[in-house]
Amino acid sequence: MPGLAHWVGLSFVLFTIGVVGVLARRNLLTVLMSIELILNAVNINLVAFSRQIGDVGGHVLAVFVITVAAGEAAIGLAIVLALYRLKGSVNIEDASEMKG
Amino acid sequence: MDYPLWLIPALPLAGFLLNGAASLFFGWRRAAAATARWRAEHPDEEHGHGEAPGAQAHASHAPGAAHGDDHAHGGGHGHQGPALPWLERLFYGVVGVGSVGLAAVLSFGVVVPFVKESLASAHGLPPAVEVVYQWFSSAGYTVDVAFRLDALSALMLAFVTFVGTLIHLYSVGYMQNEEGYGRFFAYLNLFMFSMLILVMADNLPMLFIGWEGVGLCSYLLIGYYYDKDFAAAAGKKAFVTNRVGDFGMLLGIFGVYALFGTGSFSFLDAAKAGAVSGAGPLSVYAVCALLFLGACGKSAQVPLYVWLPDAMAGPTPVSALIHAATMVTAGVYLVARTSALFVLAPDALTLVAWVGAGTAFFAATIGLAQNDIKKVLAYSTVSQLGYMFLACGVGAFAAGMFHVFTHAFFKACLFLGSGSVIHALHHEQDMRRMGGLWRRTPVTAWTMAFATIAIAGLPPFAGFFSKDLILGSAFGAGHPLLFGVGLVTAGLTAFYMTRLARMTFAGEFRGPEDVKSRIHESPLTITVPLVVLAALSAVAGLVGVPAVLGGTNVFGRFLAPSLAHVPEHHVSHATEYLLMGLSVAAAVAGIVLAWRWYGQAGATEETPSAPARAFSERTGLLGRLVANKWNVDEGIEALVLGPFRAIGRFLWRGFDALFIDGIANASAFLVELAGDLIRFFTTGNVRNYALTFTLGLLALAVYVWIR
Amino acid sequence: MPFPLSDTLLILPELFLTTAGLVLLLRATAVGKAGERSIALLSVASLVVTGLLLWVPAALAGGAARPAFGGMIAVDRYSAFFKVLVLVAAAVTILFSLRFLGTSPYPSGEYYGLILFSTVGMLFMAAGTHLASIYVALELMALSQYVLAGYFKQETKSIEAAAKYFILGAFSSGILLYGLSLVYGATGTLDLAAVSQALAQGPRTPLMVVGVVLVACGLFFKIASAPFHVWAPDVYEGAPTPISAFFAVGPKLAAYAILARIFFEGFGPSAGDWSRVVAASAALTMVVGNVGALMQSNVKRMLGYSSIGHAGYALLGLLGYGTEYGLWSILIYLTAYALMNLGAFGLVVLLEAKGYAGESVDDFNGLAKKNPWAAAAMVVFLLSLAGIPPTAGFVGKYFLFSAAMKAGWVWLAILAVLMSVVSLFYYFRIARAMYLVEGEGELKWREEPAVTAAIAVCAAGTLLVGILPQPLVALARTCLLP
Repeated sequence: MPGLAHWVGLSFVLFTIGVVGVLARRNLLTVLMSIELILNAVNINLVAFSRQIGDVGGHVLAVFVITVAAGEAAIGLAIVLALYRLKGSVNIEDASEMKG
Repeated sequence: MDYPLWLIPALPLAGFLLNGAASLFFGWRRAAAATARWRAEHPDEEHGHGEAPGAQAHASHAPGAAHGDDHAHGGGHGHQGPALPWLERLFYGVVGVGSVGLAAVLSFGVVVPFVKESLASAHGLPPAVEVVYQWFSSAGYTVDVAFRLDALSALMLAFVTFVGTLIHLYSVGYMQNEEGYGRFFAYLNLFMFSMLILVMADNLPMLFIGWEGVGLCSYLLIGYYYDKDFAAAAGKKAFVTNRVGDFGMLLGIFGVYALFGTGSFSFLDAAKAGAVSGAGPLSVYAVCALLFLGACGKSAQVPLYVWLPDAMAGPTPVSALIHAATMVTAGVYLVARTSALFVLAPDALTLVAWVGAGTAFFAATIGLAQNDIKKVLAYSTVSQLGYMFLACGVGAFAAGMFHVFTHAFFKACLFLGSGSVIHALHHEQDMRRMGGLWRRTPVTAWTMAFATIAIAGLPPFAGFFSKDLILGSAFGAGHPLLFGVGLVTAGLTAFYMTRLARMTFAGEFRGPEDVKSRIHESPLTITVPLVVLAALSAVAGLVGVPAVLGGTNVFGRFLAPSLAHVPEHHVSHATEYLLMGLSVAAAVAGIVLAWRWYGQAGATEETPSAPARAFSERTGLLGRLVANKWNVDEGIEALVLGPFRAIGRFLWRGFDALFIDGIANASAFLVELAGDLIRFFTTGNVRNYALTFTLGLLALAVYVWIR
Repeated sequence: MPFPLSDTLLILPELFLTTAGLVLLLRATAVGKAGERSIALLSVASLVVTGLLLWVPAALAGGAARPAFGGMIAVDRYSAFFKVLVLVAAAVTILFSLRFLGTSPYPSGEYYGLILFSTVGMLFMAAGTHLASIYVALELMALSQYVLAGYFKQETKSIEAAAKYFILGAFSSGILLYGLSLVYGATGTLDLAAVSQALAQGPRTPLMVVGVVLVACGLFFKIASAPFHVWAPDVYEGAPTPISAFFAVGPKLAAYAILARIFFEGFGPSAGDWSRVVAASAALTMVVGNVGALMQSNVKRMLGYSSIGHAGYALLGLLGYGTEYGLWSILIYLTAYALMNLGAFGLVVLLEAKGYAGESVDDFNGLAKKNPWAAAAMVVFLLSLAGIPPTAGFVGKYFLFSAAMKAGWVWLAILAVLMSVVSLFYYFRIARAMYLVEGEGELKWREEPAVTAAIAVCAAGTLLVGILPQPLVALARTCLLP
């Protein structure tokens, strides 16, 4: 039976994968997915802690996070679409006109 | 009084805002119209290439070649451009004079009842303090915007608004052909606002704001003819010299805070009670000396007097209002205001007395040989200010303020009279090309004669009483040497003033014929203020008739509650009569000598400068020195500026180029490097940004964990 | 925790604004581009009504702090202070947008609707006392803003700004959330007051420290303090100018509201940990913001960097935790910050002829001759930004730096003063351009009374706070956290 440490460890691994994904991937869609990974790592943490502590607050926040993530994905995809229309690419490095 | 005190300074401020906004607005519209005209005349040219046409229209004045006067000679009428529309001019005039006049009415409404009640009660009224709002408060140091009405500020309030109103009125006539009419009134109103803040302030920080405000206005108005080099330079000189004084003043204010823990004038009560916290007499001396340095700058005392004669580059009403009657007396006001502090440091008072006496004598000697009518008056002002400090220095603060009061009237009258003369002669300021004006300009001549008698100190004119009080106090306080200097100066004063009157009004006209035919008396807006001021020069002294002449010094009794209490030194009536006799004799001697020397001696049309030469011819080397203003400017040049320049050159070539530039360049290089580094990290690539995030996060986490 | 239905009255302003946003969104589809002006003015009106409605919860709470919805939010003077500032910022933004949006091909309903929704998010952020409500409010604000940044979807710069803002914003809120989850694990609660209690009793665990640092970093992103600032210049440059003004002010105000509330009310007992994070970030932020601004020739970008620098100054106020200066110095500074930044951006809005022209410092050349009033107003804002009396910026900085000194961070205060000196250089480049450089060509100028009025209000406010700081100080002192 996995305990709290396992869940938190899994969450940490997922979080790290997500962060590295944001840092390393050029494709905007992959970056979006990496961000979703981070949010899911958070959810696992919240639910695990919630169960451990016996408080529903974490559960509730996890539901909110899932909801917000849906909205975030919608807006993210819309921006990807707009970028693709202008640049013909979803490579994030193509959107680096402003700098300095 | 049923209106708040803050209304009094608020009115000129409102005038400044209205006039400033209006002159900006109309100026902008004129520039826009000029642009439009220019465009219409140059339809083929592409829009706006080359210089901006609006600016061109504005800056196309020919630079005046004249030096040292307030109007350009001959063709260089730089500012006398196309006359403004009369409605616009009327607006400026009504707002300018109206706001100040209303302020004067309001202040008399406050001051008159105050004076009545104060004189009716045995020990005067306590100061009325009106806190408008708390300006800021931090760590136990609170500064309020608060106005104070006590004897001293009531006095200043009354004569500042009164003389100010007269001079505003005078300016309506004097400045009417100026293009910068609106700007002029805006500045003048701003000056009145600052001056009222200065005299009504209930704490040193607020006084300092007024102090800086009048300094700023002085700078702006000296440089009113900003397209003339000498005016701009004179403005700069005044500004820089005053900064030296203000530096001391600011340190003095900090010092007061260090001594008493407050900047509010309530510290004066503490000083009267002798409650100086945790500091010895040396630091009281230092604080007084620093405050006095500020006073020296503002009131043009040696060695910081050099800016005032140059300040005559401003328009004459400015010279009368700011550089004679009001602003320059702010230093005396400051010393009188903080007299409770000064009496704690007798050495500081001695310093004040000697600086004052020295300045009085020194400036009077320079005044002997000046040929520019306004310069004579400028040196005279410096000299009279010296008298006021002499009085303060011997502990006769009331006498000093009395001289401030009487001086305001006769010196304003003299300046305005000289303005009227300059106006009549179409911008001639050299007395060698004047003479015989009394036939053509009788009002100016008579009023100036009154003021001349007043400043020379003949009884019963105003100057006699105040000057006699100062000399008597100096003698009574046991300073016969200071008395002697004052006495000689009184003779010199009578001399140069008679010389001025004689060269200007008496004899025959020595200028060119075409000017002679056009000499005319000035309009009513100019002569009415003259007459009022001349009348006051005659009678203002009667509020301080000494007991020995059967009067009572109402003035001194009124001011006493505001000033430090200094034990009076009584001298016998016989001595007092003797002193008076001496000072009158000195004055008469000066008058007679000047009248004889500058009579018709050689003043023919062929040798118009003969009267001017008379002085140096008769006095030899000393006279030449005096005529060259003791070579102070050259001395400063050689002894102060020269070495500074040499040091500066060394520092520039050696030290600066290698060391300072090195530091500056190195820091600029470092900043630029840092900037480049920042730009380098701001690549525009989101992945790099996210990396910065992550690294920053890790660094912060580590930093916190290892603390 | 159950709560009475009457609690809904406590969020009446927010409910009204949400409804107004929805109604305007629908109405905009009906009136189309032609009715744009009416939509904008109705938006401003609804913001004003929202501001007036703030009186209802205040009256119900009776001056004291009153928790609502089982401790999710609190109705107190602290939140009211921020709510008023946020509403002003939103209203000014809409006024700035009037002509700006009109000359573009984009629809207006969504634009104004999104500004209103984002404002609702900020209002809840100011009030949130529970980590869950704070998170949801933050996302409501942020999601609306991602769209607003990319609102000019035919402009590559705008879309690029949106993409950057979105990715980094989502990333940072992920980090914030992860931090929240760790704090939850360490303390067993999401309620700020309870978190504070648990922290005061429990030992300093690694879980807690990492949680605090992650939360701090997530919030630092929103206020654009270094090293989480990198997005700000790009986004400010790329977003439509009124939106840049909104970004520079609104989210920062709201983020400071929750930052102070989380740190002071929730993480107070571990001040030893977070104050080090704050100090390090403040130092870096002041340097990066001010030195970075030196190098810019695009005014929007320069203001972006300058607002980074200002975020650094404001962090000094957080260090005043536990001293008498702490929180209210931030309140005063943010008021000044809002006024002067909105004003400065407003002038850029006026100068922008079309598209992205008019953003360069050179476009200010000769402005003093062409429009002395605009130049004078800009000077007021620049003086205030540089922190020179008698302007609001000086007053704000004075109290902030005092707070840092009082809390013992003398070197930070000195650094802040040094960086203020550096800031003079780039602010005065604009002043120099306006007054000393002759302008070429005709002034490109959008005459728009609404914008002029908004700028005039900002300038008057900047001067008023600078000359008469005491009423604001007195007010801020009554608006502190309990």
